[in-house]
Amino acid sequence: MVLFSLMKNRSWFYGLSLTAIIGGYLTFSLLTDTNKWIFLPGETSHGHYQIEMKCSACHTPLMGVKQDACLHCHAEELKIANDTHPEKKFTDPRNADRIAILDATKCITCHVEHKPEMTHPMGLTLPKDYCFRCHVDIGEERPSHKDMGFETCASAGCHNFHDNRALYEDFLSQHFDEPDILDDPMLPALNMRHVRQLIEETTAKPLTAADQDAPPELSFDTTLLQEWESTVHAEAGVNCQGCHTQDGVWKNELTHEACKTCHTGEVDGFLSGRHGMRLAHALSPMNPSMARLPMKPDAHDKELTCTSCHSAHRFDRHYATVSACLSCHNDTHSLAYTESPHFILWKAEQDSNSEANRGVSCATCHLPREIHKQDGIEKTVVQHNQNDNLRPNEKMIRSVCMNCHGLGFSINALADTTLIKNNFNGHPSEHIESLDMVKQRWKK
Amino acid sequence: MKHFISTLLTSVISLGSLLLVLVLCGCDTEKPQMGGISPQKMADALHAVMESDRTVYTRNVVNRLVKDEKVIKASEHWKDDKALPLPAQMFRMGAEMVSEKNAGFIYSLLSMWPINKQNAPKTDAEKTGLKYVADNPGDNYYTEEALGGINYFTAIYADTAVAPACIDCHNEHKDSPRSDFKMGEVMGGVVVRIPLN
Repeated sequence: MVLFSLMKNRSWFYGLSLTAIIGGYLTFSLLTDTNKWIFLPGETSHGHYQIEMKCSACHTPLMGVKQDACLHCHAEELKIANDTHPEKKFTDPRNADRIAILDATKCITCHVEHKPEMTHPMGLTLPKDYCFRCHVDIGEERPSHKDMGFETCASAGCHNFHDNRALYEDFLSQHFDEPDILDDPMLPALNMRHVRQLIEETTAKPLTAADQDAPPELSFDTTLLQEWESTVHAEAGVNCQGCHTQDGVWKNELTHEACKTCHTGEVDGFLSGRHGMRLAHALSPMNPSMARLPMKPDAHDKELTCTSCHSAHRFDRHYATVSACLSCHNDTHSLAYTESPHFILWKAEQDSNSEANRGVSCATCHLPREIHKQDGIEKTVVQHNQNDNLRPNEKMIRSVCMNCHGLGFSINALADTTLIKNNFNGHPSEHIESLDMVKQRWKK
Repeated sequence: MKHFISTLLTSVISLGSLLLVLVLCGCDTEKPQMGGISPQKMADALHAVMESDRTVYTRNVVNRLVKDEKVIKASEHWKDDKALPLPAQMFRMGAEMVSEKNAGFIYSLLSMWPINKQNAPKTDAEKTGLKYVADNPGDNYYTEEALGGINYFTAIYADTAVAPACIDCHNEHKDSPRSDFKMGEVMGGVVVRIPLN
């Protein structure tokens, strides 16, 4: 009856229908992960945009920001970076006056999301001269800093708010007057097999195709066996069941979880970076069509999993270090690699015209080899979060550049945007004065 | 008569209630209690542990291995240098860990002659207290202060040079404002704060 009378008044009927349709669409959008863009208050910053449809990753049900949302993903890297301004330094009540001005106990004081119009490099959403709030009298302590603008503290290659591992004064003082290229430029050698033998005190028997233990009823292309036979997996005694049997059940299709059984650190790194962060948040795998960086048009549908770079069964590490990257990345820096001195070194190593670990591939800089020490054993592992040392790029100085270059050259090169664009084909035209200032002070 | 008894009873009950309320509210002459222990006693007890641990680490670990045995270095950049953390760093790392645990008190190590200027006295209580414990050996300084809208019981204890490693490091550091510290001398102060409200 009510409906009939409403229908008689057409404007009511249309109004209610429209409300129901819009309400239904909004509810549907909220409940699915693909259409939530309608609720975005503004463009999400680089990196985070990949998971912007997973509102719950950062937000409470009522769209507040979760207290530990940032640290859930970034705590470990801050810890490793010896964060210069950790939250715990500001919780002392003697800093209450500072907190009242700039609450450094909360990430969102400096990093507000969905505000592209006010977002600077490093996701900073404060005016760049924020350091003055606590260090206004720095000129008294460091006369050399007296006339410097506070907006230059963290943007001129001298300091960072969080990570100063390669920039602190005593470290600089240990690296005065180093040559541009060190006398023995070389990367740490990978040693996972050696370390496993040391830890497990056993040497696994190398396997051949005849040893394969796939289920007899399974039919597959035998070239897979040949590929596997030539890998370090077969050499280290990792048979078919080793990867394909998960929780006691044989699986043809594998995810990163299978790799994680042995390569925990590598998979964790992959899931922390832009290649794997969508998987880490239970979203579909990243593919180049979603990227904000220029990508090759024919690569747009490639899904990013472990086997995207380490093709299954063959696990060709050499392919993963350059060709895999260049099969997708189409930006100026990537395209310039094959014209760079780094590429010449890499090519020489591939062609056996130089010693091992002398070449510089894409992976050398973006998936650096890190040395971890445990129980007196040094283990070289590849950091699979390719964003780990990118922002700010001074993070790259110690883990990458200083394997081959002097500190002064490294700082200058990473401050030179033209040099970065042409993939370090030339000499730095920038000169960062931090080393000079430290030298001056130490002379006194 | 009835009226008088009723008035008397009412007065007695009212006065009794008032006394009870006063007692329950703690409106007596003593300072606020914390589970039966006064803030001062709690601060003194905490400091006794801090001072003992700090002395043990400085004398039996750093001074013995660095100065006497000369088998390892102690360094401000202990991770990079694969060295022992300096005693002051050890103390501060503990203070930061306690702070993260929200344990009901906060402590810090400050000095009128700090190597890191961020560790100079800042609040009025810190300025007065650090000067007091330096000028009055053996005495502690107690006060109350409001910081960030919270009232604190603040206790300041002298931090003295207990091993040659302390004075050598401070006297030789390029950022140290003093180079004439002597053994047993007050080099700074430990500040313990207990929130009162």
